[in-house]
Amino acid sequence: MTTATTPKPKKDMKSMAENYLFIIPAVVIFSIFYIYPFYDILNLSLHEWKGIGPKIFVGFRNFQELMVDKIWWKSIWNATYITLWALTFQNVLAFMLALACDREIRFKKFYRVVFFIPPVLSQVVVGLIWRWILYAGQQDGQHIGLLNHFLSQIGLSHLANNWLSDPKTALTMIAIVHCWQGFGWGFIMLLAGLQTIDKQLYEAAKVDGASSWSQFWNVTMPMMVPVMLVVVILTVLGAMQAFILVLSMVGQGLVFHTEVPVTRILAAMQGTKQFGYACAMGVNFAIILIAVSTIMKLFSNKMKQA
Amino acid sequence: MNEPTKRNLKYLGLHAFLLSVALTCLFPLFWMFRCSLMDNQTVFTDKGLIPSVINFGNYADAWTKGGFGVYFFNSILYTVSVVVGIVLVSSLAAFAFSRLKFWGRDAFYYMFVIAMMIPLPGSFVPLFVLMNKLGMANTRIGYILCMINVGLSLSIILLKTFFDKMPSDLEDAARIDGCSKWQIWWNVALPLARPAVAVIVIFNSLNVWNEYILAQLLLSDDKLMPLQRGLMAFAGKHSVDYSLLMAALTISAVPIILLYLAMQKHIIKGLSSGAVVG
Repeated sequence: MTTATTPKPKKDMKSMAENYLFIIPAVVIFSIFYIYPFYDILNLSLHEWKGIGPKIFVGFRNFQELMVDKIWWKSIWNATYITLWALTFQNVLAFMLALACDREIRFKKFYRVVFFIPPVLSQVVVGLIWRWILYAGQQDGQHIGLLNHFLSQIGLSHLANNWLSDPKTALTMIAIVHCWQGFGWGFIMLLAGLQTIDKQLYEAAKVDGASSWSQFWNVTMPMMVPVMLVVVILTVLGAMQAFILVLSMVGQGLVFHTEVPVTRILAAMQGTKQFGYACAMGVNFAIILIAVSTIMKLFSNKMKQA
Repeated sequence: MNEPTKRNLKYLGLHAFLLSVALTCLFPLFWMFRCSLMDNQTVFTDKGLIPSVINFGNYADAWTKGGFGVYFFNSILYTVSVVVGIVLVSSLAAFAFSRLKFWGRDAFYYMFVIAMMIPLPGSFVPLFVLMNKLGMANTRIGYILCMINVGLSLSIILLKTFFDKMPSDLEDAARIDGCSKWQIWWNVALPLARPAVAVIVIFNSLNVWNEYILAQLLLSDDKLMPLQRGLMAFAGKHSVDYSLLMAALTISAVPIILLYLAMQKHIIKGLSSGAVVG
């Protein structure tokens, strides 16, 4: 590390004071908009408060109520369900595409550019486009929504469905659209990982007579473990906290069937004005996420050592 | 058969796979655009890939009647202010963390690093309370400051890492020439950090342009709303006016797609290096 001044005691003190000016804007903004809310979410979670009027200290009662709040745990299960889709469908697709692109192949740039278009769009835009594609209404006996229309065109009209208002399919549709939007991230990161693998390793394996299947298991997979773990952690944190697609595709109308934790927090805050309870949900959910990501990181350190 | 043709044949299956996924990415966007060119009736009945009658009237309607002109202006204003704010504030701090000496330097830096690692999904609740307390709810400056904070930690970490790897010869030369620390930051360090600044500008632009939840909680005045907030309000009010909604969605999506296409090299490089460092 280089220093700005040569050591001269008095000037050093003044210069050091000046150095603080560089970090003051960042520290002030961070203190007001991160540290204080961080403190306040913990504080409010121990109170009962309607957003105005007196705050009543209730200790851990909000958390106790949360433990037996069935809708809350249902919302956590819903987020887990979306996450399971993202971990399997989205990541497997991303990895297959990355493997397909990790070679001298034509139009590689085109594919790479296109796969990353959905991730740059807002979840509001994506959700509203898909809501229209999955639209279930009919006019003169004709399906209006593209998916139902398509199904009836290819003779599968019995499969046409109220995709987003049927409790059986709504959450799955949200999960699939989440995967549609998200696989591009995983693809880019996994492809970058594949391209760092030394091609000589494959040559060496070939010389040893390894089949391409065994090259994949013995060279590609072990080398990809670190990148995969990064992708898995980001996928889990992203999918667990996803909620804008829920709002833009079904709104908060389908009570409980498509609720995720963040929409529950919003509902407690805006709907029933239980600010303390909303904060307790936030803290509870943060603890769950920190626990999950810590376990995954410990696991990933183990894998790296092995 | 020459070599390249043989190879292309071999890759036919791969291309079929890649191309079908690419089409799945693009088709919903094409459908959005296609529906935006229809009127309120034909959008429900006409099923052709290309509409029989094309009109751009929805764009004018969305822009004026839907108020998307105002939302668009607000989104640009917020995106530019937040990104400029993040670059200035984070580069000042990162420069200090990398190049200057002061008591508690590492502690301050790790504060930002730790903040990056703690997910806080409900933080908008206390933030909403705070902004009301400060009288900054429903103000532009309040929203801008909140969004600067959102991008701050990661930008500081990225820039500090970049400055740490950068040789300090030029800065030393500038110092000998009598430049102050502020001049070195502005004239030497910041221009040299251009690749890192580019990544910060792009990712934060995407993030601010697409941000929804803080805009929804903090801005209730129609005149202050950015695009995503406006889209949701519009979708709620005109839930059956799909051709107009598709025009509004196109207005919101096109600038970000153009920015992405212009900057995609930086974006992919930024993401890739993140993956490998990970």
